[in-house]
Amino acid sequence: MKIIEAENLKKEFNGFVAVDEVDFHINKGEIFGFLGPNGAGKTTTINMLTGMVKISAGKVKLMGEDYTHNAKKAQAMMGIVPDESNLYEELSGLENLTFCGALYGMERKHRAERAARLLQQFGLMEAANKPFKAYSKGMKRKLTIAAGIIHQPEILFLDEPTTGIDVAFARQIRNLIVELHKKGTTIFLTTHYIEEAERLCQRLAFIVRGKIVKEGTVEELMKDTQGENVVNFTLGGDFSNIKEEFEERFPGYDFKMGKNNNEVSIHSASTFALFPLVQLFEEKDFPVYEAKIVRPSLEDVFVKVTGIELQKMQDEQGQKGKKGQKGGRARS
Amino acid sequence: MKAWIAFSSILMKDMRSYYLKPPNISWGLIFPIAWTLMFFLRSPVQLEVRDLLPGVMALSILFGTTSMLAVTITFERRSRSFERLLLAPISLNLLMLAKTTGAIMFGIINAFVPVLFASFMTDLSGINWFIVLGSVILIAITSTFLGLFIAVSVSQVFEAQTFSNFFRFPMLFLCGLFIPLANLPAFLRPLSYVLPLTYGVDILKTVLNNNGIIPIPFSFLMLIAFSVFLFAYSIYNVNRKWIL
Repeated sequence: MKIIEAENLKKEFNGFVAVDEVDFHINKGEIFGFLGPNGAGKTTTINMLTGMVKISAGKVKLMGEDYTHNAKKAQAMMGIVPDESNLYEELSGLENLTFCGALYGMERKHRAERAARLLQQFGLMEAANKPFKAYSKGMKRKLTIAAGIIHQPEILFLDEPTTGIDVAFARQIRNLIVELHKKGTTIFLTTHYIEEAERLCQRLAFIVRGKIVKEGTVEELMKDTQGENVVNFTLGGDFSNIKEEFEERFPGYDFKMGKNNNEVSIHSASTFALFPLVQLFEEKDFPVYEAKIVRPSLEDVFVKVTGIELQKMQDEQGQKGKKGQKGGRARS
Repeated sequence: MKAWIAFSSILMKDMRSYYLKPPNISWGLIFPIAWTLMFFLRSPVQLEVRDLLPGVMALSILFGTTSMLAVTITFERRSRSFERLLLAPISLNLLMLAKTTGAIMFGIINAFVPVLFASFMTDLSGINWFIVLGSVILIAITSTFLGLFIAVSVSQVFEAQTFSNFFRFPMLFLCGLFIPLANLPAFLRPLSYVLPLTYGVDILKTVLNNNGIIPIPFSFLMLIAFSVFLFAYSIYNVNRKWIL
């Protein structure tokens, strides 16, 4: 069942097209990810879906019902976690959660119980009565996620949930996302971390300059780079001495020397028959220390499809995170 | 019911976070006293406490509400916590009413602080308190919505303060408090009649001292019209400027 459907969604800011006719859907119970660099249109897409930004063209539906021009009727079913924690600094963690519950019309008793349960689940019980301003960045992000799900929404929008926080907290937050997903929450996640997208998302879309350039499950996306098979060998001798003989015996394979003379990378368009290769190594008295099948990564797919080097994208994002910490607001 | 829960929670949060803070409570007490003293010291003629009440009450409301609302909304916008409210499943009208009700109540309480002091110093009998209360409520509503109009028009807290004074000080001098409307230069008089405070002050002057010049029902209607216009225009601006 489709929870969210976006049809030809477009957003223009004074002539600048931030999101250009994107088409995608999110199925019930899945984690759907938007992966793209800074300025790709990730946050603008979330803002259009949640009603924070008006839609220039196209349609959005929640559970089959069009809410393009009336986001209010869909907002009760949405949980939104922005890229920067935006709870109230002077309120405690518990007060922030109960206040957010009240915004969704939850009764006093119900929201107090739910807030206590979430504080427990998110490991924030000890800090429940501390003001939000006294929380660390990671704790703030956790509480912001808790605030996003206090009313048990049908779909949770997570905008860059682990940007700008330390590794340990990022790990905790990823685990929390997995837990929420296991409990049936549908999640729309934007990220620039490819490992995060690969680990968490069932389906992914690569978004660049406002356009979706590729979409599918991780397996479907990987198909693009599966035309070539690669095996790396580490041997007990200098492979250059026997390279010619291997090339004669295995004409369909491409033998590339590694960094060291005892390393060789063998490429083939078809599936490998490993046994004859190993047998020949043994005949030549070249013991095989390691044989590793090299699979293309999602990063390779992303670079191939978008032409954007991942490191560059993450460096840009790091700068955005620093700006965010200084109070600036960046839109991606 | 759900909308009411959201409305009351926003109001209670604002009361706790902004209006019931010691600096704001002391503002509510000190401001009317300061205005009273100023009137006494600067007046060339002997003034009765009762003569001062309309001015002190009206100015306490105007300065209290506009300062608080313009600053709190601008501050929440800067910290992005206002986005949380915009994304809640309540109508924009109800949200803005929830955000402004605290300031309206703050203004009403501010208005009665000088009345409380005056009650120890002079005889306040023979006053129609229902009309006083009605006018105070409407002055508080128009002033708060003026603060909302200002808050929606600026993006920084300091801009809100500057922009507030742009409206407040002309009102102060043209609403008939310092200079009676009849004594104003002819070219300034029309300007007085497009300021909401003129009508609020005139009601108070009529009820407290019997020296107002505008019929009370007309003043009430004008204050209601100003409230509706300022609120509607602010909502229009929020839709246009904040929900891009």
